[in-house]
Amino acid sequence: MVLVFAEATNGKFKKAAHEAITYGTKTAAAMGTECVALTIGQVENAGDLGRFGATKVYNVNSDATATFDSGVYAAAIAEAAKQLGAKVIVMIHDSTGKSVMGRVAARLDAGSAPGVNSVPTVSGGGLTVRKSVFSGKAFAEVEITSEYKVISVAGNSIPVEETGAAATVESLDLALPASRTKVLETQRATGRIPLPEAELVVSGGRGLKGPENWNVIEDLAEALGATTACSRPVADVDWRPHHEHVGQTGVAIRPNLYIAAGISGAIQHLAGVNNSKTIVVINKDPEAPFFKAADYGVVGDLFEVLPKLTEAVKAYKAS
Amino acid sequence: MKLLVCVSKTPETTTKIQLTGDGSDVDTSGVKYIMNPYDEWYALVRALELKEAAGSGSVTLLNVGPADNDSVIRKGLAVGADDAIRVDAEGSSSLFIAKQIAAQAKEGNYDILFFGKETIDYNGSEVGAMVAELLDVVYVHEASKLEVSGTTATVTRDIEGGVEIVEVELPLVVSAAKGMAEQRIPNMRGIMMAKRKPLKVVPAVDAAVSTKVTHYDLPPEKSAVKLIEPDDMTELVRLLHEEAKVI
Repeated sequence: MVLVFAEATNGKFKKAAHEAITYGTKTAAAMGTECVALTIGQVENAGDLGRFGATKVYNVNSDATATFDSGVYAAAIAEAAKQLGAKVIVMIHDSTGKSVMGRVAARLDAGSAPGVNSVPTVSGGGLTVRKSVFSGKAFAEVEITSEYKVISVAGNSIPVEETGAAATVESLDLALPASRTKVLETQRATGRIPLPEAELVVSGGRGLKGPENWNVIEDLAEALGATTACSRPVADVDWRPHHEHVGQTGVAIRPNLYIAAGISGAIQHLAGVNNSKTIVVINKDPEAPFFKAADYGVVGDLFEVLPKLTEAVKAYKAS
Repeated sequence: MKLLVCVSKTPETTTKIQLTGDGSDVDTSGVKYIMNPYDEWYALVRALELKEAAGSGSVTLLNVGPADNDSVIRKGLAVGADDAIRVDAEGSSSLFIAKQIAAQAKEGNYDILFFGKETIDYNGSEVGAMVAELLDVVYVHEASKLEVSGTTATVTRDIEGGVEIVEVELPLVVSAAKGMAEQRIPNMRGIMMAKRKPLKVVPAVDAAVSTKVTHYDLPPEKSAVKLIEPDDMTELVRLLHEEAKVI
């Protein structure tokens, strides 16, 4: 059996959870078994996860799960796997997944593959998955041979597929440790899709010349329904919030479309965005190294190009 | 305050990755190695700052790897760590490494174990959480701020689109992200002193290895960039829709 930890944010399931269920369903099919979902805490519409292939949805909800603690969540996932007899555990490769995955693997003495990009191939008792390594500069095929196997799926790696109907939800009684993490405050930008999940991203660099000019980025993002991002120097001087910084030391993303304006494209920046499906670079310097990594390039003044692009996008959307 | 900083050796950030002919391994000839930047710039420096603020305590470096890694460990001692332990093993799977670290940590009774948020080679982000579980200690991942008062730590961790601020009791395992500290460049005195600081080499404990890389490949070469006239953004939108099919 494949157990997918379907993570909810404020009780709601997002695309990344649907991707993880799709991934688990395909993995289960390859293994000739079924895929079930585990939800933790107070969640809405958990049965809906059946639409993506989960044959059953389990929920663990107690005082200990009210706020996030990596030890409690890991215990819930590992104990659920043991109780249900699931040998493969799938989760999302995001801040929650990264916080608990290692704990789950240690608890089950499992081999693990974090941040994978493909559905596993099955050989005997082993699973082989593909993942990006060296910050997007290479790919590795990783074989896991332990009895329990833990996998986390990188965002935007696998298209969501609806294959089933709503599943029944059953609550699971597990002995969980008490939480050791007291959450004082959660600050989350509202409105936009968080960067790691975004399919469309518009990003600005030092070429914007100052935070007061970000309207040209915001306007294009608004027209596209995209999320905004920035380069490291921009976050370093506080033109933009730290959580918008994409690159080696910031967030690594793999959107369908990454539009970079006024970013030269240092190798450390590319390390965070080189898994994007399509890259558009707008820069007035034709020698900017980013053009070598781009699919489409516009050599020109971003203050003229971006508003024109925004208008063209609006015209396309209206047509 | 007893602090342990777990450090990895990784290829330098601008390294062009090349593979052996059959893709069975990474071609390491000519590769320059450094201490994993998250370990050095953020985890190690914040540990040093906490010790300095407390006016007492120790900062110990821990690495799992072969004798080649000693140069990277000496760099950490030059930045300011007091001493170092190297578990003599070829680094393999994450859980194998975590078990080596946990075995050393149990003996040391540390207040805080620091990791970088990921290594820039295998980008796993999982060893810190593994060690926390093996030691049954609280873990906070991807922390961009860490303050300690008595036995209580206040940690800001990066989450999607924002941050979460949490309070935990020591002992703590934490992984460090950008923002936790500023890189320190070792001075000549630090480099000279590092040569005399203790670096203890210990044997590995028995642990199974249950993952292995069976094959590497490189991303396909990007075809040449298609340039669009800055006046013709309608054409760019058409290409994004019809050719790239992303909007």
